[in-house]
Amino acid sequence: MDAHLGCDFLDHPVSTGTTIMAVEFNGGVIIGADSRTSTGSYVANRVTDKLTRITDKIYCCRSGSAADTQAIADIVSYSTYFFENQNNRDALVSEVAAEFRKFCYNYRDTITAGIIVAGYDDVNGGQVYSVPLGGMLIRQSCTIGGSGSSFIYGFVRENYKEQMEKEECVEFVKKAVFHAMFHDGSSGGVCRVGIITKDGIERRVFFAPSVDEKPAMTPASVTVR
Amino acid sequence: MMSNNGVNFAPFWHNGPAPGSFYNFPQNNIKSNSAIDEYGFQRNGGPITTGTSIVGVKYDKGVIIAGDKLVSYGNLARYHNVDRVFKINENIILGMSGDYADFQFIKQYIDEIILSDFSADDRIVLKPKDLYTWLTRVLYNRRSRFNPLWLDMVVGGMQGEEPFLGHINIRGRSYTNDVISTGYGTHLALPLLREYSEKGPLNEETAQQLIQKSMEVLFYRDCRGYPKYSQANINANGVTVSDHEVKQNWDLALSIKGY
Repeated sequence: MDAHLGCDFLDHPVSTGTTIMAVEFNGGVIIGADSRTSTGSYVANRVTDKLTRITDKIYCCRSGSAADTQAIADIVSYSTYFFENQNNRDALVSEVAAEFRKFCYNYRDTITAGIIVAGYDDVNGGQVYSVPLGGMLIRQSCTIGGSGSSFIYGFVRENYKEQMEKEECVEFVKKAVFHAMFHDGSSGGVCRVGIITKDGIERRVFFAPSVDEKPAMTPASVTVR
Repeated sequence: MMSNNGVNFAPFWHNGPAPGSFYNFPQNNIKSNSAIDEYGFQRNGGPITTGTSIVGVKYDKGVIIAGDKLVSYGNLARYHNVDRVFKINENIILGMSGDYADFQFIKQYIDEIILSDFSADDRIVLKPKDLYTWLTRVLYNRRSRFNPLWLDMVVGGMQGEEPFLGHINIRGRSYTNDVISTGYGTHLALPLLREYSEKGPLNEETAQQLIQKSMEVLFYRDCRGYPKYSQANINANGVTVSDHEVKQNWDLALSIKGY
């Protein structure tokens, strides 16, 4: 390591050492993530968007190797686009999640990918699916992932309620992600939030509060799609 | 020992297995000399999301299999509402321990078998020993290719009129018995279960109590344990899968002070 004289990023793969989460609420799902991509202890990208579009109403949250998760997300995104074309209907969240699982399970010894699939379809409404490292697939109403998630298991357990209202749920996700970002060196930057309902996705960005202060109430930016 | 003093013996055998490396049986052509093959695959990296012990008990008219509702991620109690005990069909119940992703993989194949049974519509349905044998062969094959399905499974059910209970391990070794356990259960539950079952055939009530006691001990003593468990009970009347919670007794703690 010392051969590179303090440039430890030359020895480490690029990872989205991360905090990600997704929560079902009354009307859809809320997804949240930090914005830091790290190579060892260097911040390769401080404004990453880890909330990746698969379809207009189905997104995934990526943690693990940036390269692996981007590659898989690109493949699943194309595969879903083709499926929607051939079947003449929108893909279900469960179908996209199963496709992610297919790759994450079959290549489990070669890749590092911890993925959360979340979205809205008109058969089962808002759904959240967790595809962790070994490639298992499980549906949950609230799930967290990435290195920063370790620090907020307690917070989430205490504060999560089923079927919250939209704004209440956004607050919950935002606070949880900020708590994780505070403690986890591999998470940081801004908190990106996505609200997915039958009408599509509304994206928000929140800046981290000063370390003494409580998180800000109003978002820095709001985009509706 | 190192030098043969100039004397060189002929090889003991030619073209046969070389201890330490992969042996290709005559008709195969599998290249397996390096740790990473040309597609970037390595040998199984080991289990990741895991289920702990399963306990199974045969009684006079049926079988009970139980396991807690936790899937762990190393030390972390990650998913705690997961069933590890399943009804397969009217004759078969199955409990899994080991890697949950590998289990989901094999479960798809089991579901296909059950579906073919249904589609054949010939009133012949899979029996527990059939599934038990099939799983043995699959797991043994994977073990022989150095890429195991990281699973320890307990198959139970009604083989006609007779209750059946068997265990298949990660290497494809299987055996049947009146009491079965995997993981920590082998050390903690099995001695207790064997003591009671060797006295004579159990009835349903005693079997139920034995399961309860085993689950209690496993929760106290297995770091990867969890107090909620699910249980499948199969007999001539059919299958019931139910949820239970361990009755914990910590009174003991009150009487301990210091060390």
